[in-house]
Amino acid sequence: MKKIKLKQFFFIFVMLFTLAPVTVSARQNIDVGNILWGHIKDSYDWHITKIGKTPVIIHLPVIVKSSTGWHVFSSSRFSEVKNTNGNRPGPYGLYIKSADAKSHPGKIMEMVNGNEVRPLDISITKTVCVLFIDAILLLICVLVPARWCRHHKWDDSAPKGFTGLMHMFIMSIYHDVVKSTMTDREAVVYGPWLMTCFFFIFLANLMGVVPFPPGGGNLTGNITCTFFLGITTFIITNVTGSKEYWKSIFWPKVPLWLKCPVPLMPFIELFSIITKPLALMIRLFANMLAGHAIALSFAAMIFIMFNISENAVVDAAAGTGMTVVSIAMSIFMMLLEILVCYIQALVFTMLSAVFIHLAHEKSEPKAETVKA
Amino acid sequence: MLSLLLAAEVAKCGAAIGAGLAVIGAGIGIGRIGGQAMDAMARQPEEQPKLLSSMIIAAALVEGVAFFAIIIALLAIVM
Repeated sequence: MKKIKLKQFFFIFVMLFTLAPVTVSARQNIDVGNILWGHIKDSYDWHITKIGKTPVIIHLPVIVKSSTGWHVFSSSRFSEVKNTNGNRPGPYGLYIKSADAKSHPGKIMEMVNGNEVRPLDISITKTVCVLFIDAILLLICVLVPARWCRHHKWDDSAPKGFTGLMHMFIMSIYHDVVKSTMTDREAVVYGPWLMTCFFFIFLANLMGVVPFPPGGGNLTGNITCTFFLGITTFIITNVTGSKEYWKSIFWPKVPLWLKCPVPLMPFIELFSIITKPLALMIRLFANMLAGHAIALSFAAMIFIMFNISENAVVDAAAGTGMTVVSIAMSIFMMLLEILVCYIQALVFTMLSAVFIHLAHEKSEPKAETVKA
Repeated sequence: MLSLLLAAEVAKCGAAIGAGLAVIGAGIGIGRIGGQAMDAMARQPEEQPKLLSSMIIAAALVEGVAFFAIIIALLAIVM
């Protein structure tokens, strides 16, 4: 009896926390758009949280090559106070453009001879930091279980724990995606790229959707990241394509009138070489961007409802009711998002495997006529 | 009336309508995939895992096309 009472008491105690935001203030304008874009977009410093009144920010290094040469400095040297144009001035004549600017919002610019010029900018921004964190995490998650193979023979009993999980996961992807679509020889050559693709995309998706406190951040929701993955698949497919592959693009096995005076089919085939990786890239980017936006919106809904009216009691009632609904919807959407993370990584890898396999088609052996 | 066509807000209206049309297409497509996968799974319950994974992959591909339309709509709003 005592144990049941403790559980119920604990439940009521936790539910009282839903009233906590009431103590914050009566009416604050919650800028949902700002919250959303702030999490998804790149920036030169990393806002972690706000303790009391002081924000906790990590100022990331800025590395630019402007008209006055290479400069490496911390982004804290850009002033927090905006000047008359809405830009944040900084050292060496550089400034960060305001977030509402028409072109290059939020980027470092420089005034050269009266024109606004964007210097060569290879700073360590927030997305680059998240990339480093994801890469280190991926190396740890894959290489540490791989050490098991060094110390055991192939017919030992299967490993347990995290090592067993990673072995199962990696082998399931290798067998179901790589080996089932490619011949054994191709699987040995292109398997590394495809496996890296899958695990990197899966881990980056997860880190962007699930809010891990220190290192989570948006990586695959940034189109430059998915652009690089698509371009690499494009380069691997076309540079290592066999002669039959290129022949089937420029002189496909179609009736002559489709290719001779006006090269209709070759043009369509050339176009399709480009659109296939482009579709890969946009599919991943859009899925992840939409997922992050949905996850953040459901959380922001709570804060909106707690500030919906002037009356504090109506605020509390609306906020508490909405919290229950929002948390239920958030749990559902987050579970769906985790499924989408896995599916998008799987689809990217599977389609890359199919494209690479199609580019290595060997021509069929010529049928021999048998003389009667 | 003609000056209404030049307003930037008309672009936002068009983007919203375009996104809605894209969702119609995706809904019909994925609904058909799911329905036919259900039929197949009912006919051959022992093939259910293979059918399930094929269904998920086909749905992801159709959704990819719908997301392409969403991106164009977002570009129409932002630019």
